[in-house]
Amino acid sequence: MSAAAPRFEPAVGRYLRLDIAGRPHRLYVEEAGSGIPLLCLHTAGADSRQYRALLDDAETLARFRVIAFDLPWHGKSSPPAGWHKGEYRLTSRLYVDTIMAVVDALGLERPVCMGCSIGGRIVLHLALEHAARFRALIGLESGAHAEPYYDLDWLHRPDVHGGEVCGAMISGLISPTAPEAERWETIWHYMQGGPGVFKGDLYFYTADGDVRARVAEIDTRVCPLYFLTGEYDYSATPEITRDLAARIPGAEVTIMQGLGHFPPSEDPDRFLSYLRPVLARIAG
Amino acid sequence: MGERGFDGLAGLANADAWLVHRGRFLDTTVLLEAGERSWLVRIHQGRIEAVDRGPFAMPRWTFALRASPQAWAAFWQPVPPPGFHDLIAMAKTGALRIEGDLQPFFANLRYFKELLALPGAAARGRAQ
Repeated sequence: MSAAAPRFEPAVGRYLRLDIAGRPHRLYVEEAGSGIPLLCLHTAGADSRQYRALLDDAETLARFRVIAFDLPWHGKSSPPAGWHKGEYRLTSRLYVDTIMAVVDALGLERPVCMGCSIGGRIVLHLALEHAARFRALIGLESGAHAEPYYDLDWLHRPDVHGGEVCGAMISGLISPTAPEAERWETIWHYMQGGPGVFKGDLYFYTADGDVRARVAEIDTRVCPLYFLTGEYDYSATPEITRDLAARIPGAEVTIMQGLGHFPPSEDPDRFLSYLRPVLARIAG
Repeated sequence: MGERGFDGLAGLANADAWLVHRGRFLDTTVLLEAGERSWLVRIHQGRIEAVDRGPFAMPRWTFALRASPQAWAAFWQPVPPPGFHDLIAMAKTGALRIEGDLQPFFANLRYFKELLALPGAAARGRAQ
């Protein structure tokens, strides 16, 4: 009697050794498919599992080499040695350097880069600093800035469980129409973040990464820029994304009905119905 | 919001064993307001011991959640409109004011989000 073949998904994960900002790092990278490289950036306080559905979408994988990595401190990537001696804070400089180090280490030729939330912000920095290195940039839940609307200290203090509060905090950023299993998987990712990591990412999001004054310099003739934002995202609202796009000639905006702040993981089927036409245009 | 507002909160919460379990380390008193109407909710080990209806002369509470009846009604819709689908979303827009010592609120955030959604689910249950 022969056993049934194991039902593996196509994604394969490996650990990548590289230097970022002069420090040695070990990053977890997943990929699937072949063709145009599509580098995917997860949200603050989460990891590359958010792109599981895209890494398992046969239609996308037929034309794109989908790659998702965990930022240092996130998912299965390690924090750098010495992490225990100071507070984690993501800056725009470190974030851009990390992405470009991954692009170089993997030898990616003009990849598409798609980021969500903090990833949707950093693609603006990529458009300003490295536009010629990318075939296209896609910002999910993008805004040029974010005002803090609660005291971020609640995310990291000994009398409040970090995993519980991070999961509960972001639960309302998911659309009420999201399927139950995908909603709670998305929350689970947040419950597993390391202490202070979500808060450290939000330093970039709320303080360091404000690019309102610079986005008008983005040249979409060098690198096309697409924005997709969910109607239930009360952090990077449709209004904030429209305001951003209005400052950048040539940038395109799609408002996604029935989606919130985590489109790739909270409702993958609905998200893919909005993403596929964008990818088709990029592929030409 | 309906006639009952938060009147039936104790019965709804205490019937939810999983909610009570997750609140087992929670002892606090919360003031809820819907416009002119108010309730003091006393919670012990995740169970609601009492829901007293205002008005109150000198209420004592740990934290307070204040919104208009219209905002609570929107929050309790089966599919709320964007901005009214979550307590923190409502706080961001100013539709909900969250005040006081917020440690028990954030330490039990999922508990309070689910607790305060119960009247909406109950109203839908009665309508069916």
